[in-house]
Amino acid sequence: MSRRPLLILGAALLGGGLLPALAALLWSLTARADTLVADLSSHLIAITTDFRGTEVVLFGAVDRPGGDIAVVVSGPRTEVTVRRKERVAGIWVNRQSQTFAGVPAFYTVATTRPLDQIVDPPVLIRHDIGLDYLVLRPVVEEGEEPDVAAIAEFREALIRNKQRDRLYPQRAGTVNFLGPQLFRTNIVFPTNVPVGQYFVDVYQLRDGDVVGAQTTPLVVSKAGVGAEIFEFAHRQPLAYAILAVAAAILSGWLAGVMFRKV
Amino acid sequence: MQVYLPIAEMSVNALLILMMGGGVGFLSGLFGVGGGFLMTPLLIFLGVPPAIAVGTQANQLVAASVSGVLAHMRRGTVDFRMGFVMMAGGTLGTVLGVWIFGLLQQIGQIDLVISLTYVLFLGSIGGLMLVESGRAMLRRRRNAAAGRRKLHKHNWVHGLPLKMRFPKSKLYISAVAPAAIGFVGGLLVAIMGIGGGFLLVPAMIYLLGMPTAVVAGTSLFQIIFTTGVAAFLQAWQNTTVDVMLALLLLVGGVVGAQFGSRMSGVLRGEQVRALLALMVLSVCLKLGWDLVSRPVDLYSLTVLQPPL
Repeated sequence: MSRRPLLILGAALLGGGLLPALAALLWSLTARADTLVADLSSHLIAITTDFRGTEVVLFGAVDRPGGDIAVVVSGPRTEVTVRRKERVAGIWVNRQSQTFAGVPAFYTVATTRPLDQIVDPPVLIRHDIGLDYLVLRPVVEEGEEPDVAAIAEFREALIRNKQRDRLYPQRAGTVNFLGPQLFRTNIVFPTNVPVGQYFVDVYQLRDGDVVGAQTTPLVVSKAGVGAEIFEFAHRQPLAYAILAVAAAILSGWLAGVMFRKV
Repeated sequence: MQVYLPIAEMSVNALLILMMGGGVGFLSGLFGVGGGFLMTPLLIFLGVPPAIAVGTQANQLVAASVSGVLAHMRRGTVDFRMGFVMMAGGTLGTVLGVWIFGLLQQIGQIDLVISLTYVLFLGSIGGLMLVESGRAMLRRRRNAAAGRRKLHKHNWVHGLPLKMRFPKSKLYISAVAPAAIGFVGGLLVAIMGIGGGFLLVPAMIYLLGMPTAVVAGTSLFQIIFTTGVAAFLQAWQNTTVDVMLALLLLVGGVVGAQFGSRMSGVLRGEQVRALLALMVLSVCLKLGWDLVSRPVDLYSLTVLQPPL
């Protein structure tokens, strides 16, 4: 809830589109040194019945030209269990597993240049920028000795699987400066984008350090009939179950009657 | 045409699902089986999570068996007394099956168990059917006259206690046997997302000695209850019934089944059974191959707290 004022401020400040971005630019020019302002063309992604993925435009301005920009979009954090298959009597069976906490459901980094050309790892670690430096907390039972090598392998597998599902795209060179101070990028969300609260962190990097940063919220939620079905099924599972079975019985009976003469 | 499935949380091509429903419906009309054993693996191949494929398929089978039973009732080929006894065992089996399903999901072995039970059941039933229909075809070719059969053979099943009279099936047997068959059927519904007709029908004919005419209608009658209980519990406890997907499958299935049942008169019994056996075996081979071949990635993910 503490993010709500920020959301309202962001929405009020910049209604969306080019004009607000220019307003932001003008505002940023009069502000103190090293200010960064950015906003999205939309703060809400609605997953409707015919949703096929979408793009959100991010516009931003820096008051002091130069340096690089990194845009980090992260989705809601959840716990994820990674399971490893092993061959048992000729069959591939899930054996060891490792659970990680704080795993973003979606994570993408867009930059002006490849990250390793911009700053050194310590800065990236401090700010949680980039897949290699993304903090995933392995869940280890108390009193149990963590197997560092195995955990690293599970972590790698988690990222690999997420990338295959197009949930962790890394897009170096997709943030473009339109002038010395104004920049933009397109954030691409795939069809399977998870719902929840997202944060878009924009960093200005110069001389090997972060000199400006801003966070903008973004909400991905289901909308329309699909949203109502999902909500209903999860909030009132008993009623949903009764209705689902009743609908099946009714449609089966209808089909039986309809085709009686055929 | 893409349609977003609200519970499965994925987009699918609506036309593809309709066609799959139609194709499987056609085959189920042709062979007189539910077709769940084809549809559930197909949905899983498409990327629908196995739990949702199983739950949704159970819901879809409720509708399919209701319309099937209506047709059988008009012909008077349902033994309600037998159906109710089987249903008692079936409900118990379903409740237990849904519970086992949830447990396996927690320890991450549900996919393996679904695949293994499919390979096991499809392999043995398909193999038996192929051998039986092959023999029948050979017999026909040799033009050997089939000997007169007794009404039914007496076996160990007839020695069980709690005997009951089933006038419609002309049987006086223990109620334990049909209840036990129903129980196994209920387990299969919950774990495999199939009606289990391909297992129930032979069991009712060979173990109980029921007349073939009333077997299909009676097994369908009790499948309404087992699939109904399974769909209800899966939707209530695990939220794994996607009504959007069920609706698409249903529309395709109903239309397909009508064409299939009209085609069924064209083919001879043993030819139909041989074709069905080949199909069952090919699904079995595909699933078996996936179990033994090296997966693309040895690691897989399970999101523990789905973001709501």
